Amino acid sequence: MARRSVSILRHLLTKPLTPAVAAQTRSVTYMPRPGDGAPRAVTLIPGDGIGPLVTNAVEQVMEAMHAPVYFEKFEVTGGMPRVPEEVIESIRKNKVCLKGGLATPMGGGVSSLNMQLRRDLDLYASLVNCFNMRGLQTKHDNVDIVVIRENTEGEYSGLEHEVIPGVVESLKVITKFCSERIAKYAFEYAYLNNRKKVTAVHKANIMKLADGLFLESCREVAEKYPGIAYNEIIVDNCCMQLVSKPEQFDVMVTPNLYGNLVANTAAGIAGGTGVMPGGNVGADHAIFEQGASAGNVGNQKMLEQKKANPVALLLSSAMMLRHLQFPSFSDRLENAVERVILEGKFRTKDLGGHSTTQEVVDAMNNGSGVSNAKSPDYVSAQCLILSSISVHVTKNMVPILIWGSVMYFI
Amino acid sequence: MASQLLRRLIGSRSTTRFLSGAANPCPSLLSSSSSPAARVFSSTSTPITATLFPGDGIGPEIAESVKQIFREAEVPIQWEEHYVGEQIDPRTQSFLTWESLESVRRNKVGLKGPMATPIGKGHRSLNLTLRKELNLYANVRPCYSLPGYKTRYDDVDLVTIRENTEGEYSGLEHQVVRGVVESLKIITRQASLRVAEYAFHYAQAHGRKRVSAIHKANIMQKTDGLFLKCCREVAEKYPDIVYEEVVIDNCCMMLVKNPTLFDVLVMPNLYGDIISDLCAGLIGGLGLTPSCNIGEGGIALAEAVHGSAPDIAGKNLANPTALLLSAVTMLRHLELHDKADRIQDAILKTIAEGKYRTADLGGKSTTTDFTQAIIDHL
Repeated sequence: MARRSVSILRHLLTKPLTPAVAAQTRSVTYMPRPGDGAPRAVTLIPGDGIGPLVTNAVEQVMEAMHAPVYFEKFEVTGGMPRVPEEVIESIRKNKVCLKGGLATPMGGGVSSLNMQLRRDLDLYASLVNCFNMRGLQTKHDNVDIVVIRENTEGEYSGLEHEVIPGVVESLKVITKFCSERIAKYAFEYAYLNNRKKVTAVHKANIMKLADGLFLESCREVAEKYPGIAYNEIIVDNCCMQLVSKPEQFDVMVTPNLYGNLVANTAAGIAGGTGVMPGGNVGADHAIFEQGASAGNVGNQKMLEQKKANPVALLLSSAMMLRHLQFPSFSDRLENAVERVILEGKFRTKDLGGHSTTQEVVDAMNNGSGVSNAKSPDYVSAQCLILSSISVHVTKNMVPILIWGSVMYFI
Repeated sequence: MASQLLRRLIGSRSTTRFLSGAANPCPSLLSSSSSPAARVFSSTSTPITATLFPGDGIGPEIAESVKQIFREAEVPIQWEEHYVGEQIDPRTQSFLTWESLESVRRNKVGLKGPMATPIGKGHRSLNLTLRKELNLYANVRPCYSLPGYKTRYDDVDLVTIRENTEGEYSGLEHQVVRGVVESLKIITRQASLRVAEYAFHYAQAHGRKRVSAIHKANIMQKTDGLFLKCCREVAEKYPDIVYEEVVIDNCCMMLVKNPTLFDVLVMPNLYGDIISDLCAGLIGGLGLTPSCNIGEGGIALAEAVHGSAPDIAGKNLANPTALLLSAVTMLRHLELHDKADRIQDAILKTIAEGKYRTADLGGKSTTTDFTQAIIDHL
């Protein structure tokens, strides 16, 4: 027992104390229910293009962390007419899914599979968190924006028809039901995450009825949250302010199309879409993917050179771990990502470096905090030491401590 | 007098050639037809008449600034001023009088200051009236970084061309049942061809190498698909200009990371609104951005896109740069390139020096000081 406690002591004491680790040693305030440690199933859709590369990166990191999740993989490509029924069944069963990018073919008459997934599972809120990462130099500082975008209706209803040859109409549908629930989600998110301000983005000076309805719903919900500031901004002014003064924005709630633009702009100013996490959430299910949609399938060169940026999907999987109520794993993953970016040695091309995806993943796994093969022992070691100290505290504590430190230095 | 009549006849025939050139596109005809018109316009003995709408708020001050600078630079333009009326003109359903619109149609060029739309119902907004009556189908905004005025982006040099008549801003909305609203987005082949034509013609006339069409055709397949098809058709006629298509979310991200990737952007109405304001934000805001609306029949109405700023009206604090740069765009449309370059250089030099800057650029000069500094640099 002494030898084991010494080795455990040594293991505990050899952890380098970086500032990131200070957050890592969280006190045991999260009290799980018995059985929460059982592994959870998560549906994994690698997707197209660089999708398989970055989802593989996530799988490797989860493996190294011994996180209690296992993946059920399904092959879905953008060219399929519909998402296979088995995939939807699996997501309905597991309730959580991690997904790479699915390409939407241009103008082909195939409706987007992303949209289909969101509609079938009623994932009405899409969330992108855009923030400055430490060590990543961008033109804008103090950015910490969460864009909450209505995901099911609006301009993406897919209702188009040709009136006569040469004249095409597209319907934009806004309903009170959807606007109200996205506004409720935005304010609830702000409340639960200690955010101070919600901004509604609209174009109601031109589209008076449609965006007017959206704004009305937002205003009604805002009255129920008096502690959260609420204001409205027109979308073109919003984009202008984003590139000049992004620190004024906190949480933004938008209809479908504007949300796409605002999320990609905000992601661009804070470091690029390769690092911003996000996901789609509904009342029953959640799908986590790279936050902003630009570039999530990558291009041929990135695929050949294997230089896709896995950071966005890794941070999204950290969000997923927190969603599954594994906060400690989530913290460790986020700290490891932060450490790799702060160090700056392993960065992919979009962040200004030359590393490949695999090099970034290896950098994360080799550092402390992520890979901890002795994790089950670690927990029991803590209990062991606490119990041994409590037993001997009434007797001579000093000899025990001296003996312990002597053993350490041997 | 006979020579004047003859010149007017030649002028009208060349503009009809321009019109027919727009209908069945042929680049050589377009460029050759615009230069005889310009040659008629730019003879120094007969000044060109241009309509001027000073507008409200700070409008009159900055319009005065423009007039002064043009006088000093000896630009052969005679201004015909029109003001927004006090009452609704029944012929136009708005505060703009029929005479004002007729004058723009006659002169073919105009400059418009900021106009505040009076609140109330029963009349159309002023901008909408101008757009509909004059059939202004393209909005051109050249965005270039002003040397000396530092923003976070220093090397922006792009032009956004936005379709101005249809798209999402058709204003056709209705409530289906309580709590469900539909809004129609309309894209027609005719309007898309028109704006694509103008975009490529502009790119060629100003020596631009690349035209990018911005769209969301992966989601809105038929509408943006039609727009893209029209752009592709026009692109085939200009083989020396590189043509590409960029999805709008990619475009937004690339613009904020690296604006040098783009040259000329052509897009439908809503995307154009957002992207052109984004580009204005990149170079320092609406107070520094020129803008020009192109209409059927070769009409060009340059305008300042900022607001009328009633709080600083009359205090000699306004920044005339936007209206001045828009006037320069108007001169380029009239092919008075040497005068345009001279005035633009003077403006850029004044701002670069930094000694005379108005309050919104961080300085303390008045409008008149700033204007005088530009005149000194001419």
